[in-house]
Amino acid sequence: MLRIENLSAWYGEAQVLRDADLHVDPGEVVTLVGRNGAGKSTLLRCVMGLHPGWRGTIKLGGTALGNLSADRRARLGLGWVPDDRGSYATLTVTENLTLPPTVGPDPWSLERVYEAFPALHQRRKSAATTLSGGEQQMLALARVLRMGARMLLCDEPTEGLAPLLVQQVGDLLREAKRHGVTVLLVEQNLRFATSVADRHYLLAEGRVTAAMENSEVRSRERELLSYLGI
Amino acid sequence: MTAFLQSTFNGLVSGAFYALLALGLAVIFGMLRVVNFAHGAFYMLGAFGAYVLLAEAGVPFWLALVVVPLALALLGMALERAFIHRLTRLDPLYNFLLTFGLTLILQDLVKLRYGVQSSPYEAPAGLRGSVDLGLFDFPTYRVFILGFAVAVCVGVWWALARTRVGMVARAATERPELTRALGINVGRWITPVFGFGTALAGLAGVLAAPMRAVNPLMGADLIIVVFAVVVIGGLGSIFGSVAAGFGIGMAQAWAEAYLSAFPIVAQTIVFIVMAAVLFWRPAGLFGRAEAPA
Repeated sequence: MLRIENLSAWYGEAQVLRDADLHVDPGEVVTLVGRNGAGKSTLLRCVMGLHPGWRGTIKLGGTALGNLSADRRARLGLGWVPDDRGSYATLTVTENLTLPPTVGPDPWSLERVYEAFPALHQRRKSAATTLSGGEQQMLALARVLRMGARMLLCDEPTEGLAPLLVQQVGDLLREAKRHGVTVLLVEQNLRFATSVADRHYLLAEGRVTAAMENSEVRSRERELLSYLGI
Repeated sequence: MTAFLQSTFNGLVSGAFYALLALGLAVIFGMLRVVNFAHGAFYMLGAFGAYVLLAEAGVPFWLALVVVPLALALLGMALERAFIHRLTRLDPLYNFLLTFGLTLILQDLVKLRYGVQSSPYEAPAGLRGSVDLGLFDFPTYRVFILGFAVAVCVGVWWALARTRVGMVARAATERPELTRALGINVGRWITPVFGFGTALAGLAGVLAAPMRAVNPLMGADLIIVVFAVVVIGGLGSIFGSVAAGFGIGMAQAWAEAYLSAFPIVAQTIVFIVMAAVLFWRPAGLFGRAEAPA
C-alpha cells in the first residue's frame, strides 16, 4: 500500500531523515516508534506532501507521489490525522466532518459517525475547538473515515488521553482495519501500539533501525521503554 | 436628540464605506495573507469607472453598479495571477511594496488622463432629494447607501457562514496547510477570492461617486483609515472588520458633532481607538491569535 525508499529530509541545514525505508501492506496497521526528534512526524509529513525538503521515493498503491500536492495526495486516499487533532475553531463539528471531499469507495456516512459517537452528535453545532481533547481526537479520526480514506496517517492519536479514551481510539482503529483501511501510526505508547498494530518500525536519528513484530516488542518492552525515555 | 441621531446616521453612512472596504481587505488577508495596499486605488477606480461610463458612454448608475465591480474583479484577478501570487511565498513585506507600487501607478495613470480635479457625478434620478425619517430629513441617496452596504455585508456573512464555498474559505483562512491535507485545493480559491475583494472595493467606489469627490487620490486618504479599521476589528476577522467600520464611522461623526472645538480629535480618533485597542487586545477586537498552520 505504502512503500518508502531512501527517504531523506531536511529542516534547513539539519538532516532529520536519513535513507529511511519502510513499507505498509494493504490492511496493515504499522506503528513508528522512536524518541522525540527521531523524525517520526517529519516522515508522516513527507508522505502527506507537507514537508518541502525531502528526497527519495514514496509510493502509494504503486503510484509514486513525487511532487504531488497535499490535496492531490488526500484525494488519492490518504487520511491526515495531525498531532494537534486539527480541529477548526471557525467550523462547527458537522462542518469539520463534511469539509473534506469523499475520496474512497467506502466512506462513512455522517449518520454512521454520529451513531458511533453520540457525543459528537450532541455537539454537532458547536465550534470543534470547544470539544474535549478526547472528543477532538474522535472527530479527527471520524473525519478521515468519513472521507473514505484508504490509508490513515495518524500522529500520536492517544497523546494526552485518559485510558478509557485511548481504548476508544484503539477500537476505532481496529474497526477501520476490519474494513480494509491501512494505518501508519506514530505512537509512543507501546502497550497501545501492540494492541492495535501488526508490526512496528523503530526510528532513531532519522534511520529505520529495527522492524519488529508484536511479540518482539512485547518481549523487549522494558528495553524499548528505557530507550525511548518513557 | 435629533442632532445626535442625525450625526449617528451620517456616521453610519461613512461607516458603510469603511465596512465595505474593510470587508474586502479582510477577505483577501484571510485567504492570501496579503495586506492589499492597492485596495484604495481599486476603490478610486470603481468611482472613476462609474464616472467614465456615464460621461463617455451614457451608462447609468444602476448598470455601473453591476458592471464596474465585475470589471474590477477581472482586473484584480489578472493582477493576482500576474504579480501578487509570485510573492506570496516570500516575506509579506514584498507584497506590501508591490501593492503600494500598484497604487502609485494606478493613481498616476488616472491623473494623466483626467487630472487631479474632481469629476462631478450625479446621483440617479430616483435617489435624489431627501426622505422624511420622522425627526429629520435625510438625503435619499445616503439612506440607500446604508441599506445597500448592510445588505452586502449580510450577504457576504451569509455566504461565508452557510455555503460550502464559505466553509472552505473559513477553513483555508484558519488553517491553510491542514485544509490542503484534507483534500482541498486551496490554491484554486486564491485568485477568485482576491477578485471578490477587489470587486467589493469597486462597489464601494461606485457608491461613493455621487457623494464624494471623484478624483485620483480619493482612495489614498480613505485607505489609511480603513487599515486602522481592519486592525481594530482584528486582522482577517470578517465580522470584526464590518463592526469596526460602522463603529469608527459613528465615532468620527460624534467627535465632529460634539468636539467641534477640537477638530483634531475627529481627524485622529480612529488612530486613538486603534492604539487603545492594540494596547488592550493586540489581536484586535474580534481577531484571534495566529493559529498554527
